[in-house]
Amino acid sequence: MELDSLIRKLHPLERAVLPVLRSHTELSAITSATKLQDIEVMRALQWLENKKALTIHSETKKIIFLDKNGLRYKKEGLPEKAFLNALSDEFKGLNVVTKKSKLSREEVNACLGVLRRRGAVDIQKGETVQLRITEQGKKVQQERTPEELFLHKHFPLELNILSEEEQKLVEDLKRRKEFLTLTESKVITVTLTKLGQELASLKISTDVVNRLTTSLLKTGEWKEKEFRAYDVEINVPQKHAGKKHFENEALEYIKSIWLELGFTEMTGNYVQSAFWDLDALFVPQDHPAREMQDTFYLGGKAKLPELWKKIKEVHENGADTGSKGWRYQFSKEETEQILLRTHTTVLSAQTLATLKKEDLPAKFFAVGKVFRNEALDWKHLFEFYQVEGIVIDPNANLKHLKGYLTQFYKKMGFSKVRMRPAHFPYTEPSLEVDVFHPVKKQWVELGGAGIFRPEVVKPLLGFDCPVIAWGQGMGRIISEYWNITDIRDINKNDLKQIREMRLWLK
Amino acid sequence: MPSITLNKKVFEQLVGKELPLEELKDRISMLGTDLEDIKDNEIHVEVFPNRPDMLSEQGFARAFSSFIGVKTGLRKYAVKESNQKIIIDSSVKGIRPYTACAIVKGLQFDEENLRQVIQIQEKLHVTYGRNRKKAAIGIYPMEKITFPITYRADSPNKIKFRPLESDREMSALEILEEHKAGKEYAHLLQRLAKYPIFVDAKGEILSMPPIINSDKTGRVTDETKDVFVECSGFDFEVLSTCLNMIVTALADMGGEIYSLKLEYSEGTKTTPNLTPSKMKLDLPYVNKRLGLSLSEKDAIKLLEKMGYGFEQGHVLIPAYRADILHQVDLIEDIAIAYGYENFQEEIPNVATIGEEDEFEKFSKKVRDLLVGMQLLEVKNFHLTTKEDLTTKMNLAAEQPIPLKNAIGDHNHLRNAIMPSLMKILAENQHHEYPQNIFEIGRIFVPGDTETGILEAEHLNVMLCHDKTDFTEIRQVLEALIRALGLECMVKESEHPPFISGRSGDITIHGKKIGIIGELHPQVITYWQMVMPVVCFELNLGELFKLAWKN
Repeated sequence: MELDSLIRKLHPLERAVLPVLRSHTELSAITSATKLQDIEVMRALQWLENKKALTIHSETKKIIFLDKNGLRYKKEGLPEKAFLNALSDEFKGLNVVTKKSKLSREEVNACLGVLRRRGAVDIQKGETVQLRITEQGKKVQQERTPEELFLHKHFPLELNILSEEEQKLVEDLKRRKEFLTLTESKVITVTLTKLGQELASLKISTDVVNRLTTSLLKTGEWKEKEFRAYDVEINVPQKHAGKKHFENEALEYIKSIWLELGFTEMTGNYVQSAFWDLDALFVPQDHPAREMQDTFYLGGKAKLPELWKKIKEVHENGADTGSKGWRYQFSKEETEQILLRTHTTVLSAQTLATLKKEDLPAKFFAVGKVFRNEALDWKHLFEFYQVEGIVIDPNANLKHLKGYLTQFYKKMGFSKVRMRPAHFPYTEPSLEVDVFHPVKKQWVELGGAGIFRPEVVKPLLGFDCPVIAWGQGMGRIISEYWNITDIRDINKNDLKQIREMRLWLK
Repeated sequence: MPSITLNKKVFEQLVGKELPLEELKDRISMLGTDLEDIKDNEIHVEVFPNRPDMLSEQGFARAFSSFIGVKTGLRKYAVKESNQKIIIDSSVKGIRPYTACAIVKGLQFDEENLRQVIQIQEKLHVTYGRNRKKAAIGIYPMEKITFPITYRADSPNKIKFRPLESDREMSALEILEEHKAGKEYAHLLQRLAKYPIFVDAKGEILSMPPIINSDKTGRVTDETKDVFVECSGFDFEVLSTCLNMIVTALADMGGEIYSLKLEYSEGTKTTPNLTPSKMKLDLPYVNKRLGLSLSEKDAIKLLEKMGYGFEQGHVLIPAYRADILHQVDLIEDIAIAYGYENFQEEIPNVATIGEEDEFEKFSKKVRDLLVGMQLLEVKNFHLTTKEDLTTKMNLAAEQPIPLKNAIGDHNHLRNAIMPSLMKILAENQHHEYPQNIFEIGRIFVPGDTETGILEAEHLNVMLCHDKTDFTEIRQVLEALIRALGLECMVKESEHPPFISGRSGDITIHGKKIGIIGELHPQVITYWQMVMPVVCFELNLGELFKLAWKN
């Protein structure tokens, strides 16, 4: 039964190769016997190996071939013999010997090396080099040298069947010009397993349909054909889907929650004046957060809306808000500064400035980038997302604030929300929002919230009204969902990471 | 946020009760401070910047003791008259015009007390004093000085004394140039013609605020019992409050507070003034904002837990509190006393209709379509380097908008998405091709707006593989534009990042909305890549206007 199912799955190439394996074991022989291409045979063999029908052995062999000079010396004799023949018992100049031997300068140099090592020549170095043959040289002249013996072997020759001495000789000869070449070649052989022998012995039809084609369908030929079975359990190459960036997946979900809760989306500029980003929110002008190391500033001066005069008054003495104000001189220069928004609360301020009494109650949210002048490291980014929300409702109170945030975080997977006292210049009460982490079993701090101060609301809206507000960081929740520990990895744009990242399944 | 180290023993003694560790941790955090660590006899806490009065063992313990119900209500501090005076010379006007001063007697400066006093001074300098700019504090041993004391300004070359932490007499200029504290705070005096000094009746210089005290007259030792305290700066009320924070802490250490007459040219003032200020409590307003229904009695009880008093409908605010600008500040304290953990969540029955931003909706649809074409969305930062935006794009003459003070090398706003995507391709060469990517994001160019900078939403689609070409990128462009019910044209035009003759402007109804082309091999080489790249970049905001309403 198993054998049958195996046979059904055999690819036409495997079917073509199998019978040949009865008589051939080496790749090139198998290839020529099947009349298939190398690569087709190789694929068939690999598939068969995967099916445990055979094992493939691959062996690298070093093969020695005689090169141009090697071949010539085999025919004409070695140059060192010709050189010895040109010598005599008397010292003769190198030039004379060279001329007589009819060898090239290079060959002479090679010969000199070999012959000197053998003690076959005497060399005198004066104004010119003088040479003569030695007794040992005469012996060499008569006998067959190891090189000559080697030359007369049958080439091509496999390196690793040579004796140790012969292999050493090959090393020497390799250094001589175009004497011999060494090439590496892979020899592939197969051994059939028991299963393979069984398969090879069977007569398996090669007339099976591999791919269903239009022509098979048109002609109706498919009716008479046998379809090869596929191994549907096998791995296939990966395919990549087009995909949104995973961070956007999460942000879209967060937006959808606020939309479901009846909030309207706010958007706006990243480049803002200090007026909108800070002063309209009653952040004192000497607040440490306004210093250069926390905020990105740009050149130029912002044009201010008329409202700035009112805000100046509120800072200086509270104006009609019932507040004492910060009691300093408000600087126009400071409020005209241009910066990258440090929080999405700037959008809330701008939204408040557009609302009328008849628009209330109203709820707004924003999911947007904010900027902090920080060096990149594993837990700090110089730009990151904040989730902002405001509810402008004459009846809004602190319990509602907890209510909205609890609803939101429930949908984000956190069932418990805790409020802790905190401080922000634009909210009072101010609070820190923690959620209870169901896995870590501890409270995790996610951002600030509160009720806007009358010093913020009254000048912007024109009248005082409770405005509950929050600005929450999402980096922690997002990175945790994908087990990202280095926050920079969210924006590293590694295409493999984006391709393989699991979707936001919420 | 400023953090302080409290001596646990001293703290507990001042609080008047010892709490189990867990409860201590919980209560500290619910009072509105961040507990960082408790180790042996040390408590490390972070105090929010609105409560500088809590930056000492005494101030913190005072607030905590009320909060946990041990010593509630307004603390009363007696102030006796010292019959001494400070003369404020008109020469300090325009220099460092105000000071508020006091004498505290009967103290003991052992090592621990000295540490506490130094800590109060340091923490107040950094926070409430805005690094000594707004307020600077000096404390002097009474046994070394003679009243009356004059606060005046003198030219720097006339000021000479031996400062603390120095072994010799130095001139004012030498102090600013050579002394450690002098160098650190030199910027607060340097541009002035005269520097402020406190001088005693014998003509001895006590200090040169806000820099340093004299070693002779301004060094408190373990023999000191009585001290003279001054705060100098620019706003009398700020200085009075700052002084109140210090003298109440010293009083909690066992000292007795004595007042001083301050003779200003415009009249005499007396400090410290520890009379609580009054603020009317509008109970319905409190209840409305908090969603509670507190009776006056409840409210008084809660206020007392936060150290306030109450008298005929008015809250008595301790004179060391710097943060009560408006009734809402009292409301916050009532909420803290009530316990943030005791507020139950509530969703009001208010109908509002949610609405997504229309451009955001449009952008989501465009992204869906591009994803359907098997493109991969990437997301870059808006800040990048000038080199990436200019030379590496064959755009050496471009002037992207710089940031004034970026600490990293990402110090320009991008004016196109194209360089960001080239960077991604350059960094992903070890990954599988084709690499067909896109990004929708903000770009920044000079423009006629409130800030002088125009922000636009751009889309860039970039294809990169060994067989990509102009035709392929145009196919993607056209598929997108067709799906929006529009038609676009490409008009031949030259752009330096692209190969000449293989680039153009994208127009719809005659309006240019973007560019398309095959990246120049020189640009590809700048990014050290060896793979052809084609792309288009268009203004998605403009496309939105053309597509959405039709």
